Amino acid sequence: MPTDASGPAAAVRPVDDVEAAPDVDAWGRSESFRALTRRLYDPIYKFWLRAEWEGLEHVPTTGGALLVANHGGAIPSDAPVIMHGIETELLRPVYGLAENLFRQLPVVGTLWSRAGGVPAHPDNAYRLLHDDGQLVLVFPEGTKGTGKLIKERYRLRRFGRGGFVEIAMRAGVPVVPIAVIGNEEAMPILWKSERVAKLLGLPYFPITANQFVYGPVLGYVAPLPAKIRVRVLPPVHFDVEPGRERYNRGMVMDESERIRGLIQHEVDDMLRTRRSVWRG
Amino acid sequence: MGRRILVTGLGTFWGSRLAQALEARDDVDLIVGVDGRAPRLPLTRTEFVKADPSYAILQRVVRATHVDTVLHTHLEADSTRSSARRLHETNVIATMNLLAAAAAPESQVRKVVVKTATLVYGSHFDDPYFFRENSRRAHVPVTPVERSLVEVENLLRDFADDNPDVVTTRLRFANILGDDVSTLFARLLRMRAAPEILGFDPRLQFVHEDDVPRALEFAVTHELPGIYNVAGPGTITWSETCAIAGKRRVALPPVLTRPAALPLRMLRVTDLAPETLALLRYGRGVDTEKLLAAGFEYRHTTRGTVEAFAEARRLERVVGAPAPYVYEHEVEEFFRHSPAIMREQATEPTHD
Repeated sequence: MPTDASGPAAAVRPVDDVEAAPDVDAWGRSESFRALTRRLYDPIYKFWLRAEWEGLEHVPTTGGALLVANHGGAIPSDAPVIMHGIETELLRPVYGLAENLFRQLPVVGTLWSRAGGVPAHPDNAYRLLHDDGQLVLVFPEGTKGTGKLIKERYRLRRFGRGGFVEIAMRAGVPVVPIAVIGNEEAMPILWKSERVAKLLGLPYFPITANQFVYGPVLGYVAPLPAKIRVRVLPPVHFDVEPGRERYNRGMVMDESERIRGLIQHEVDDMLRTRRSVWRG
Repeated sequence: MGRRILVTGLGTFWGSRLAQALEARDDVDLIVGVDGRAPRLPLTRTEFVKADPSYAILQRVVRATHVDTVLHTHLEADSTRSSARRLHETNVIATMNLLAAAAAPESQVRKVVVKTATLVYGSHFDDPYFFRENSRRAHVPVTPVERSLVEVENLLRDFADDNPDVVTTRLRFANILGDDVSTLFARLLRMRAAPEILGFDPRLQFVHEDDVPRALEFAVTHELPGIYNVAGPGTITWSETCAIAGKRRVALPPVLTRPAALPLRMLRVTDLAPETLALLRYGRGVDTEKLLAAGFEYRHTTRGTVEAFAEARRLERVVGAPAPYVYEHEVEEFFRHSPAIMREQATEPTHD
């Protein structure tokens, strides 16, 4: 008889509900890899760059917040310093938004992702901030900030199209402005070639001051021992209704420009009191 | 009066699993299964109609049987199993015929549920990490299978717009994994060593084979107009997937990956389609909130799916694979329709 109903519903496992937290989270960040990176980076952070923080209390200890900082140096030290500082001081993970470019690179892209790097797609930022309530670090200047020549240092570039403001508004989270100095001198660009950059498909192709100190290869990796100072400003809250698809363009641009101005002002202020690039 | 349901792709594992599940329901009066191939699993009351691959016969079947629900489980998302032309035939032409039958003036169809794939989102470096149902893909599809599935989705969108009285559900399934069915990733994880692309470790999502008919059944019993992603909650990296399945990995070079994969195909080791290589490079994630919010409960998370697969494989290595079911048309017809069968005693299956 074909009534032998060896149905599929017979042998089901229960819902595998609470599982051991996997090492690699949904964003590709690995806590164990972060821990390793922190251990390796800690001496550089403490004894080489001698990072110093002000206003760390402005970084929220719970809930989502968009950390917005100025960006500088061929391979910028600001991103690892901010992520390292917050993770070691506040014991909170920080996800760093960056160019899609990273995702295309074998090995480097994977390591970058395990270290907390996330492609700067608006959907990713919104989800991290709103659904997951995480800290997200973004550099609105993008490669326009890091690709500056040494003579243009600390002159903040356009903050994109203000997309970061819109995401924060939609997600209903504050923007925490962060001003950094020392990053520009840790790996200054002396000269850059548009033609080689185009050929290699890179945003810029620099000759760094570091290359004269460490040689052509290491000069793209190792920072000079510039003293890094980080100043966190009070969070900026937006008085708008979250969750909307679009916000008034003018308001978004104004807020973006205002935050850029705040950071620029703070950068200038810190430079004014800086006695030495190396000793701070 | 109970539901009258038509299932396409009865010859696929899903079609048969779904028909089995529907047979167990008291509120379903009639199940008609259509396919060019015989059913894959034993069925007790499903009527099987043999059809050509493009389902030209469907209009007659729909008219004659007065079905109110059409479940289209027959879309092919695995390009290694058929040629580009056959993909077009089984995906686009068959769906056109199916929708034409459902929209015919005498049709009683009030619900169309289609099993499609998250493959329609593609897999690119500039994709978001979690596609929502309304996310648009940034690049035009280039592979034949993606092109045909995107075309099918456009047909369905137009159908839903033109027929507001018909509930049209599109379930976009992530990669399916299970021990009873030969899916892309089940095959990769059955190889002696699983392929990877050097320097890449993508985030992936899986649906357990048991959750596939469950999700389709859920769409039959609930009103779900529009698109719904179906993927086991969470994500998993390919390296972790292989580790759980106990597989070593062999790396393909990150550049010239396709030419490097070609000898594998010629030696019949494995056929890595371009869309598979893209997935092994950049992976794909979808947002599963919408179906969860509608009340669907997964039996397996993405990680749980891989674990269940690994467990089933371990068991299989000890006791061997069960013999596959073979459909005997005359026998099945006899039990369904012969006057010799005593209907009262020997009708209902002993499902619980």
